[in-house]
Amino acid sequence: MATIQIVDAVVKASGPGGDITILGPVTVTLQEQRIALIGPNGSGKSTLARLLNGLICPDVGTVHIDGLDTTGDGSAVRRKVGFVFTDPESQLVMPTVAEDIALSLRRRGLDKIERRSRSLEVLAVHGLEHLADVSVHALSGGQKQMLAIAGVLATDPDVLVADEPTTLLDLRNTRRIADLLFDIGQQLVLVTHDLELAARCNRALLIDGGTIVFDGAPAAAVDHYRSMAP
Amino acid sequence: MRSTPNLLGLYSPGTTVLHRLPPGAKLGALFTASIAITVVRGPVSSLLALGLALALVLWARMSLTTLVRALRPIIVVAILLGAFQVWQRGWPVAIEVVADLFALVIIASVLTATTPIDAMLDTIANALRPLRRFGVNPERVALAMALMLRSVPTLLHIAGETRDAAKARGLERHPRALLVPMALRTVARAQSTGEALAARGIGDD
Repeated sequence: MATIQIVDAVVKASGPGGDITILGPVTVTLQEQRIALIGPNGSGKSTLARLLNGLICPDVGTVHIDGLDTTGDGSAVRRKVGFVFTDPESQLVMPTVAEDIALSLRRRGLDKIERRSRSLEVLAVHGLEHLADVSVHALSGGQKQMLAIAGVLATDPDVLVADEPTTLLDLRNTRRIADLLFDIGQQLVLVTHDLELAARCNRALLIDGGTIVFDGAPAAAVDHYRSMAP
Repeated sequence: MRSTPNLLGLYSPGTTVLHRLPPGAKLGALFTASIAITVVRGPVSSLLALGLALALVLWARMSLTTLVRALRPIIVVAILLGAFQVWQRGWPVAIEVVADLFALVIIASVLTATTPIDAMLDTIANALRPLRRFGVNPERVALAMALMLRSVPTLLHIAGETRDAAKARGLERHPRALLVPMALRTVARAQSTGEALAARGIGDD
């Protein structure tokens, strides 16, 4: 497993009255295979997740993935850390299913024929091969999220960060996506409001007010979270 | 599953000659046709161009129903434009302008329907490679063009959602209730697309 090391990380945002701190200071080292980030809306979970592949860089402190600094080595970090968004609509940028997977593979320097055949292989793994030439707009919500995850996994990252990947899905698709995420060999950092999913992880961080208020076994973290919302 | 008809930005797999032609040849033909249609004046030549465009649709085995549905968004523009030209400059000019508009959009639709975006991206990137010495990043320009094509159906979707939201609040006749949210949603979508591209490491190299 990769070692995710966050040291005194602080993220600020501009507000009407000057800068406000939206996360931090946070110091934590993550090495478990399945890590859940839980907490109320606006607590800083997504900000913490975005720190992990350099989408956001800390204003103070450092974030390292296997020794790579997300600020200085952003490109190398993004090769190691894949990111799945809540809304797959924003993640799918090409017109058809196979083309979107092929876009992920462009970074690997494969030629057009190799990209196409590798895309079809990836789609077959996820049971989406029959949709290869279908417009991404024609997919259901579950298929879109499955495609978004397949597009990220196609690049074979060491870590997959998923920011509330099941929030927009119905029960059946939630289960499909959850099963997929818990089946992969990669390290998973899962931001979720689904406490059943959080309970399936090896470790859970409870975030509130931009800081980690509980860090430990998922069952205990979930109990702590429930006690915060009487 | 049936594909959603989109104005531009939709590839329909096939084996016609148009599907097999190299993307560069098709892009060159589109470029030449666009100039010819714009430069050559008169309603007769415009109607000929429109007829040629429709012949390409048949040749590419695109469904006419799909094409009509995909062209629906520009029909309103064409009617307004045509009415304005009839009023200002008479029927011949109106026919020329409207036929030119439809011919150009149809030919562009045939190009995107018969060419995978990935192949188009490669062609554009290869064509721009000599400009690398002037600081142009061919891959980035090609991706920007692909995103432009991809954003057409997205914008139509946002427009539909915004219209429904305004209607639900009884504000369908208020231009501000349509335009302001649509502009904000479009910018938000552009930002989230940019973030998704960054997360996938596209643009890092």
